[in-house]
Amino acid sequence: MSTAELVNHRSGRKLALSAVAIVASVVVFLVPFAFIVLTAVKDRQQSALLDFSWPHQFRFVQNFIEVVQARDYMLVIAFINSTILTVASVTGMVVLAAMAGFVLQRRKSRWNGFINFLVLAGLIIPPAVVPTIWVLQKFGLFRTMPGLILIEIAFGLSFCILLFRAFVSTIPRELDEAAIIDGAGPLRLFFGVIFPLLRSVVVTVVVVQSVAVFNDFVNPLYFLPGDKNATVQLTLYNFSSQYSTQYNLLFMNILLITIPPLIMFLFFNRQIVAGMTSGAVKG
Amino acid sequence: MVRVYRPYSNWFYLPTALIYGVLFLVPTFASLYFSLTRWSLFESKFIGLDNFKLFFQEPALVKGFVNTLIYAFVTSGSKVVLGLLLAVLLTSQIVARGYLRSVVFFPVLVSTIGVGLTFTVLMNPERGLINGALSVIGIDGPGWLTDPKWALLSVAAVDVWKGVGLATLIYIAGIVSIPREYVEAARVDGASSWETFRRIVLPLSRPATVTVIILSLIGGLRSFDLIWAMTRGGPGFTSDVIASVIYKQYQAGFYGLSTAGNVVLFVVVTAVILPLSWFLNRREVEM
Repeated sequence: MSTAELVNHRSGRKLALSAVAIVASVVVFLVPFAFIVLTAVKDRQQSALLDFSWPHQFRFVQNFIEVVQARDYMLVIAFINSTILTVASVTGMVVLAAMAGFVLQRRKSRWNGFINFLVLAGLIIPPAVVPTIWVLQKFGLFRTMPGLILIEIAFGLSFCILLFRAFVSTIPRELDEAAIIDGAGPLRLFFGVIFPLLRSVVVTVVVVQSVAVFNDFVNPLYFLPGDKNATVQLTLYNFSSQYSTQYNLLFMNILLITIPPLIMFLFFNRQIVAGMTSGAVKG
Repeated sequence: MVRVYRPYSNWFYLPTALIYGVLFLVPTFASLYFSLTRWSLFESKFIGLDNFKLFFQEPALVKGFVNTLIYAFVTSGSKVVLGLLLAVLLTSQIVARGYLRSVVFFPVLVSTIGVGLTFTVLMNPERGLINGALSVIGIDGPGWLTDPKWALLSVAAVDVWKGVGLATLIYIAGIVSIPREYVEAARVDGASSWETFRRIVLPLSRPATVTVIILSLIGGLRSFDLIWAMTRGGPGFTSDVIASVIYKQYQAGFYGLSTAGNVVLFVVVTAVILPLSWFLNRREVEM
């Protein structure tokens, strides 16, 4: 076999492999999403067949309006609640975790081992549900949005601190020293000098955690039950039990809830990848 | 004594310590006590280990315990194998690599409840797309979520579908960080693709393997939303896991028992994760 033939043979195999991979990816990953979109625009009778077929009529706008109006604009309220929850808790996480991660990296003390242990414990230990409700109740925060925001912050801090600590270690200490000589106090040093340099990791943390908080189902289920404060995930779940015969509306709901993560994915793909693989190389 | 100026103030820990301490550490320690009580949130009566005895005697609760382990190890194992295979494929010279990476990863970002509800419909025994497709090639698909034998594994399969993108991504990061010279040197020495994979890619992507195993086991042991969205632990209690037992007991008002479930979950997670991560990281040092 000549070299040319070998190369040809190789690239032929690669092409075949690529074709198989693409077909498999369409069947395994794209068909479920296509199913969501198609069912979301069908009329009620056709959607009840649950089959993978072309819609007889496209009722995108009607279904959209119907699902938004369902149960006194519940979905709109839920989107507002989820937005408040996501923005507030992610802001809190970023500021608090950046401060903690900064001091944890810079200041060597005998407590560091213990603090690192606590951070890892926060990643591993499943939160104790009813005792948390008990604590929230003591503070009058159970069934309130501020309570849930604090919960999301508490459970998300560990991951953020790890990312910030790793990133702060890449910022040269000389910068701190220069700022200190110029007379900057601890607050000025952090918020004036260090925090602006953390921009790239802040973007990563914001993107990864907002997707996580937006998609969170368990914590709202336990700590913020009730229709008044429902988040989008809870609304979707309740919708599935109450409108079990209106699959078109159910899937329209799923479609609408998938759009925010999709936007995040389209614009911040790189930061998401950076955040989620941060532990992979170093172990 | 001169007060030393400290630019790195311990005050920076304060807000984090407050929130984390009050809302995470206090409940975790409180759970150790309340798991030994009959508890109504307002008053608790100490009953010793009765809750734990019940947890390991009641068949429904024991089933949840066993299912948790099955679910975690099945999903974790599948994610390691599939993630590695996909990562090798997606780091090779393949057409439409960017598209494939995106499409494998996107489900990671989608709402778990949305995915669960979608697959519940796709897995419908009579009208669902999956059994429809299987019947075309002459296979009579089971009732994926209605057959007690299949329910837990079907949910686990959906979990893998949703989560394999993250494992793949971590493996890709690991494989890309392997210096090219190693692979080239092996090629020059006449190593086949399989040998290159076996002798270079596999051992050197070990940190990625450790990350994938640990992350997916933690997630698998704690998982709740997907199971709740798809089967609610049913049919009967055949696909219950500890996390869904905790929720069911909480709903039923058995707060002490629910908290005991939390303690059991805590013990299971630490008993699995700590020795495993110690073992995996030790082997790494030796290499």
